[in-house]
Amino acid sequence: MDLFLYVWRQSGPEDKGSLEQYQARDISPDMSFLEMLDEVNEELTREGREPIAFDHDCREGICGSCSQVINGIPHGPQEKTTVCQLHMRHFRDGDTIYIEPWRARAFPVIKDLIVDRSSLDRIIQAGGYVSVHTGGVPDANAVLIPKTDAEKAMDAAECIGCGACVAACPNGSAMLFTAAKVTHLAMLPQGRVEAARRVCVMTEAMLREGFGNCSNHYECQSVCPKGIKVSFIAKLNREYLKSVADKP
Amino acid sequence: MAELTRSTVGRKIFMALTGWMMILFVAVHLLGNTTVYSGWINAYAERLHALPPLLWAYRLFMSVVVTVHIFFGIQLTLENRRAKPAPYFVKKHLRATFAGRTMIWSGTVIGGFLLFHLVHFTLQLIFPEHAANRNMDSAGRPDVLGMVIYSFQHLAVSCIYGIAVAALFLHLFHGVESSFQSFGLQSDRTQRFIVRAGAVAATVVASGYLSIPIAALLGILK
Amino acid sequence: MSGAYKILDGKCPSGPLSEKWDRRRQELKLVNPANKRKYRVIVVGTGLAGASAAATLGELGYQVHAFCFQDSPRRGHSIAAQGGINAAKNYPNDGDSIYRLFYDTIKGGDFRAREANIYRLATISSSIIDQCVAQGVPFARDYAGYLDNRSFGGAQVSRTFYARGQTGQQLLLGAFAALSRQVKAGSVRLYPRTEMLDLVLIGGEAKGITVRDLVTGEIRSHAADAVCLCTGGYMNVFYLSTNAMGSNVTATFRAYKKGAFFANPCFTQIHPTCIPVTGDHQSKLTLMSESLRNDGRVWVPKKKDDQRKPHEIPEDERDYYLERKYPSFGNLAPRDIASRAAKEVCDEGRGVGPGGRGVYLDFGDAIQRFGREKIAERYGNLFDMYEQITAENAYERPMRIYPAPHYAMGGLWVDYNLQSSIPGLFVLGEANFSDHGGNRLGASALMQGLADGYFIISYTIADYLAGIRPGTADDQHPDFRRSREDVAAVTNRLLSIKGRKTANDFHRQLGRIMWEDVGMARSKESLNRALKLIPELRAEFWGNLRVPGSGAGLNQELEKAGRVADFLEFGELMAFDALHREESCGGHFRVEHQMPDGEAKRDDGNFCYVAAWEFGGPEKNPQLHKEPLIFENVQLATRSYK
Repeated sequence: MDLFLYVWRQSGPEDKGSLEQYQARDISPDMSFLEMLDEVNEELTREGREPIAFDHDCREGICGSCSQVINGIPHGPQEKTTVCQLHMRHFRDGDTIYIEPWRARAFPVIKDLIVDRSSLDRIIQAGGYVSVHTGGVPDANAVLIPKTDAEKAMDAAECIGCGACVAACPNGSAMLFTAAKVTHLAMLPQGRVEAARRVCVMTEAMLREGFGNCSNHYECQSVCPKGIKVSFIAKLNREYLKSVADKP
Repeated sequence: MAELTRSTVGRKIFMALTGWMMILFVAVHLLGNTTVYSGWINAYAERLHALPPLLWAYRLFMSVVVTVHIFFGIQLTLENRRAKPAPYFVKKHLRATFAGRTMIWSGTVIGGFLLFHLVHFTLQLIFPEHAANRNMDSAGRPDVLGMVIYSFQHLAVSCIYGIAVAALFLHLFHGVESSFQSFGLQSDRTQRFIVRAGAVAATVVASGYLSIPIAALLGILK
Repeated sequence: MSGAYKILDGKCPSGPLSEKWDRRRQELKLVNPANKRKYRVIVVGTGLAGASAAATLGELGYQVHAFCFQDSPRRGHSIAAQGGINAAKNYPNDGDSIYRLFYDTIKGGDFRAREANIYRLATISSSIIDQCVAQGVPFARDYAGYLDNRSFGGAQVSRTFYARGQTGQQLLLGAFAALSRQVKAGSVRLYPRTEMLDLVLIGGEAKGITVRDLVTGEIRSHAADAVCLCTGGYMNVFYLSTNAMGSNVTATFRAYKKGAFFANPCFTQIHPTCIPVTGDHQSKLTLMSESLRNDGRVWVPKKKDDQRKPHEIPEDERDYYLERKYPSFGNLAPRDIASRAAKEVCDEGRGVGPGGRGVYLDFGDAIQRFGREKIAERYGNLFDMYEQITAENAYERPMRIYPAPHYAMGGLWVDYNLQSSIPGLFVLGEANFSDHGGNRLGASALMQGLADGYFIISYTIADYLAGIRPGTADDQHPDFRRSREDVAAVTNRLLSIKGRKTANDFHRQLGRIMWEDVGMARSKESLNRALKLIPELRAEFWGNLRVPGSGAGLNQELEKAGRVADFLEFGELMAFDALHREESCGGHFRVEHQMPDGEAKRDDGNFCYVAAWEFGGPEKNPQLHKEPLIFENVQLATRSYK
């Protein structure tokens, strides 16, 4: 099939950037979306033109590198699917596809479709961990954890930190990301110890990094490739209230 | 406390809390307004104004509530705008509702209306000759009913009220449900129910309020 | 390659097997706590080995500088490991022990690894689980709240801990959390989107690296007192593999060119259960957990070029070749055996799917026996993933699978202390060669990466650091300057060719050579062919490559070209090693060396050693050195899974 692409091109952070038109020819339905872009890039390269820069690495939907807004939806039209796992059979011959980078103040564009997401890492650095030393820990079975709690922690821990939630949020908020990290650790006895402090410092860091506030649009949940739910944000809010109430 | 007013979650909770105080007010106000149908509204209004200190204390309290809600509402919106400086060329909304995305505008309309409403029915400056405090009913009470009916028979006034009620509907449509989320009271199981309950609440309140100007225009209210 | 080779010393401690690590820890020197902050350690790569090492060393007080080419340290490819992590906890009381894990690993590796290393790994395995649980890794649990285990990769005991199908992700997020804590504490400094392009030696010792900032294009050096390479494996030499697109050999290969020995590069693992290739556009292969083989039956039609749909082929015209050849292990035969068998039937023309490169993995019987629901519960997410990629429903028709390059057992040579042949250069995780011999068992890679990073390097690096003065290296030293000039020269050369083919074109071509001639079944003939084709391709690369853009700023084609350039040299080294190893062993199968029934024929008399290659100079053959493998505790047995 042949496709018309409008791709955001921006040579650097200072450049204004614009949508450029390209054509993708002879695209197989078995290709992934990124393989389709590979083809376009190969052609551009052979012509000596600069290929479209985009982040990608594992191409199996787990590393969270790929980050493109396709026809107005982060990660594209298929639910619970990263761009790298989106296949061209979901498009039709002659389709026009708009490809844009994640947009948020906390994600400045580096080049084309590549944005700087280190702000997410700094939210974790603020306190998204258990302060445990290497070594000197009890036996793994010394503390029992109810299966349901472990499962819920795992549901939250599945977050791949791609930032689609931020890209989709009308406020550019990283609340779903933060909530997933807070919930994951808050559900486990090992993480409970620091839970009150963690929720405060992580949400503070989120604002400091220039993310917006959550106003409960739930756009994030709809685009999350891992199905992280907004009920984790409710959980974060509860954790926050608890931390305020229990403040010494 | 100071921390709460800076925190992203803390301010959400303030919004929800003050929102609920206004929802309660709006609900009680609506119940009071329904007395136009039974004809008891003049009695209700007189009783309401019988204890000025209480009335003024409540008015003061509500102004604080409204101020806090507006202050944080604007502050959060400005922050959120700043956080999303560049728009998408193409953007689809999957879950975000029109109501949710226009809270600042429905809020502005409601805020503007609030001023009009105070000028209209509290200060009674719009139709001074029909002001309740100048016209007494047969029992010697200020004739609120007469003032209401006279006002709403003006299409322009009813339209203003209609627009305000629409804004209120939108604001509640998102606000009621959203507050449960902000309080942390939502879960996967309850979410769908709460979303629906919010829509129902908004519909009930809006239709209740809207019925009065419509009734006046249609001549049902006398 | 003839001539004087060195006999390398792995520096394993003496004494009884179970006391070796303790004994070594007693011998190792310590760095005074007050002095630790004066030492700077560079960690390259932030997968499981790198992140855990950086976090641990940072916590001990060293100044750690951690580098990765990804935009975030938490995206190292360890994140994609699905199955699980082994540990000799014996929680299920099914007869596991440190010794059994040790023995299984050494046997699984076809007796081409060091006893002492593996025993240490098995010993440490339990502490890894404790550590991860303490960090908040949400391992699967049973209803009583205890950790759950499963049997994996044909092991006879249940010793694998897992977090759904995302064990690698959860372990890496745990290590990343520990790393983040050190970043906050100020002991670790991160350099994401930064690629190491050279190792810098001063006076023969590793004193720093030269990197390219992938965003600004700046080429700069970082000086340190020691360097740890945790840069993963080189399986992308095959072009298509289960590795991430960015996985590369550059860091280790450039260290090799600076004098570090490369050990056993021919030991490569081809994983049997991957989704087959659909066409030339394919950019990578997706692995599906090996656990599928617990219930799926592998078959191909008996007839060649059978075009019928799978359900139209009657039972007696199907060849369940694994069950036929290996009656006792059947579909659970080890990875190398299952992969080779698949390639054989496809080479016979009995493969299925596009291009005849696939075999069926059939759940029909299992669904009949346990019901669709039970199967969905066990493998639902894998079936979904398969459908997402192939648009086929595996409940209704058999899956198609094919082997794919997956893991590199070979890597830079290190001694028992994980120190390479260059003093001050330590190599951890998949990047080193140390623990898996000729073949790696399932759920052992995560174990090794974390053992190296959390529990070994902290002791052994101290021994080196205690013997040197801190802070002596300076990036203005002439050796650093020369390194930057060399790196800039290569970069400019790549940009100035202005030919007609893309880096990807060359990579794809190289991959085809490697897969066909240095893949699962190698012969003298195929290897010699590869040794002729690879230099030709390399020559064409340097004459006809096209890299658009400039070196200033982000240029992904330039990054790729640099990596492909190294693969084009490394592929030759791999073929060289495979040619020299005249035996079949683990993942290395030489068609000349097989039993009459087609099984691998190991030659313990002549090849019971680690082959460590020293760079011989540009366009010159590498020099072979040998580290004899001495087995004091296990008897070399023929690996039979019949």
